[in-house]
Amino acid sequence: MMDPLSWLEILGRLCVQLLPVWVALVALFAVSITFKRRLGLYGKLFDSTVGMIGFALVMFWVFAALFANMIITHDPLAQFSGMRNASPGSPLRDPAGAYEHFLLGGDAVARDVFSRMVMGAREVLRIAPFAAMISFMIGISLGLPAGYIGGKLDTGLTFIANLVLAFPVILLFFLLVAPEIQETPIPRVMAGVLFIMPVLFVTVLLNARYFTQPAKRNLYVGAVLVVGLWAYSGLAFNTDPLGVWGMSPNLLNVFVAVVFVNAPTVFRIVRGITMDIKTRDYVAAAQTRGEGPWYIMLWEILPNARGPLIVDFCLRIGYTTILLGTLGFFGLGVAPESPDWGSTINQGRRLLTVYPHAALAPAFALMSLVLGLNLLADGLREESLKD
Amino acid sequence: MLLFIARRCAVLFFTALCLTFVVFYLTNMPAKLETLAKTQAGSRISDAEVATWLDRNGYAQPMLVRYGEWLGVAPGWSRQDKDGAVTGRCYTLTDTTEPGAAPERCGILQGYWGNSTRFRAPVSDVIGARLGATGKLMLWVLIVMVPMALIVGVLAGMREGSRTDRTLSTFAIASTATPEYVSGVVFIAVLASSTVGLSPLLASWGWIDGRVLFQGNARSALDGITFWNFTLPVMTVALYGMGYVARITRASMTEVMTQQYIRTARLKGVSFANIVLRHALRNALIAPFTVIMLQIPWLLNGVVIVEVLFSYPGFGWALFEAAANNDIELLLAASVVAVLVVLVTQLISDIAYVYLNPRIRVT
Repeated sequence: MMDPLSWLEILGRLCVQLLPVWVALVALFAVSITFKRRLGLYGKLFDSTVGMIGFALVMFWVFAALFANMIITHDPLAQFSGMRNASPGSPLRDPAGAYEHFLLGGDAVARDVFSRMVMGAREVLRIAPFAAMISFMIGISLGLPAGYIGGKLDTGLTFIANLVLAFPVILLFFLLVAPEIQETPIPRVMAGVLFIMPVLFVTVLLNARYFTQPAKRNLYVGAVLVVGLWAYSGLAFNTDPLGVWGMSPNLLNVFVAVVFVNAPTVFRIVRGITMDIKTRDYVAAAQTRGEGPWYIMLWEILPNARGPLIVDFCLRIGYTTILLGTLGFFGLGVAPESPDWGSTINQGRRLLTVYPHAALAPAFALMSLVLGLNLLADGLREESLKD
Repeated sequence: MLLFIARRCAVLFFTALCLTFVVFYLTNMPAKLETLAKTQAGSRISDAEVATWLDRNGYAQPMLVRYGEWLGVAPGWSRQDKDGAVTGRCYTLTDTTEPGAAPERCGILQGYWGNSTRFRAPVSDVIGARLGATGKLMLWVLIVMVPMALIVGVLAGMREGSRTDRTLSTFAIASTATPEYVSGVVFIAVLASSTVGLSPLLASWGWIDGRVLFQGNARSALDGITFWNFTLPVMTVALYGMGYVARITRASMTEVMTQQYIRTARLKGVSFANIVLRHALRNALIAPFTVIMLQIPWLLNGVVIVEVLFSYPGFGWALFEAAANNDIELLLAASVVAVLVVLVTQLISDIAYVYLNPRIRVT
């Protein structure tokens, strides 16, 4: 039987265990700082301390998720005898060749808190950025015409957006993310409507750009349609003939609910910016040249709206992370053993006043990721305002 | 102005109608009704018994008809038993079995909000009591949050780029990055546990009388709010909402501080404190005020998490219980309340904006 580790030893071992992350972070920062003058807005980020701290926090969790298999000390789902609610640094009773300690202790069913926290990053980063991206594509595809064309279209879309925003998020989650709902066609129908938007967005984007060069246009649009519809069939309806794209009903349900909550806010932001930009001279110039409305929206207005949108994108990933945590906290739409941070916090809070480590580790993990994203957004905002 | 308010009220009404229909549709799906029948009549009943239970309790009619019943535009269902007693929606709600004694329609238009299947009480009673409890929580949250956010925002914004600004801005960002379920858990672990955190230390020094510094369970706050049992829930909600308001205040303050009239005041030799308090503050507070109003419905989400975490039986806790048990009529009433809160605060913030900022006109 070995002695439990002291706090200093735990910290040291955590650093050793996270070695792949440190190496990747140092390499990324070294390369980025060396070439920062040639990297545009991304390079300018390295002029701002706040932005760099935020970026480091975000990339820490991205690398932790990427190298999770190398970092974890134990199987995040396995239970070890005698390790129930073990305090941080406790030695295993019978390591049998495995790692000898539970670095951050054990949870109520004797699983390793550290390994679950690292694997939780993977769960979160598998959904949050993509959900934010799809929300953005939907918000942009609907917000641009609403702001640019206005009229009845604008009134209708704004009413629908306000309708969704008037829903308390948690009520919506309770109604939409439930086992009973997963058996109905509702998530599939919603996914069918929501997921077609990115495909349409990219198609219209390329069509507007290469309209005058039919050969190039046909090639690009054709390629996008083939890949897009292939992914669409797999992700939304689970009918991918090759089986590459697919989502479990659980994941699809969560994904759809999160996108549904986020898209109206993006819509409102894009609509506001579009209404502002469409009065500029370069838009009038494009109209005089006889450019089509979609070309003006996607290639004149959208690139000039990128600053606020990039900033909001970072914030939105953070907000999506918080929403996913909320879902986990209420036990909605997660697999029972899933190591995602929200449900780990929820399981840990039952014994919170006696064994707080099981809930605190994922809580700090979630907080640091969201904090990183917010700081990154702040840095980007500062740097993009400098031009 | 009156036309503007009338139009907003029409939109409010229409939104509430759409929203309650969506809630009605989602709570009345066959699978959800089956869950309801099983929680009400026993979990081991067969499919045939589920069907009979639903039929006997009026759930077997088409969904639109029942939505009409709930609204009060369609007559409530009723059924006469062999012994002449009548049961039906309106008969249960008015607590009578006499044929013809109950009104024909009994929906929300007539003032009947239905019965909660979870709490076995009229929905209006449940909602009323719970809203009162949440109102107290929200009141204290606003009392703590608004001054704190405004002070942080003004202090950070009055000298842009200074060390105070950097520190306070980072604090504001950190508070927006800490959702309620994280800060609540940290607060409980650090301040409300008798075995870990600060409390055992303080107790051993004899600085606190009880075993814990603050209580991690707010149920006793229903009988009487004390500093001891209400601090943690209030702080948890206030902290998450604070950062956003503080950042808006800061942005608004920095903008005002670059205005010409501030420079004029400085050149006149007015002291810095006077400039901030008498010249800048009033203009800088227009934007935060509207944001605070819009923040209230958003705080409602936090309230659900906090009330569940601290087991404080308020509106959020009732919403959680209703959703977990598919309590249809309570959920509908809760969504009506929620949409009212959202739209009324929007209306107030729009009207107040016009009064505070004479440059804006309502058409």
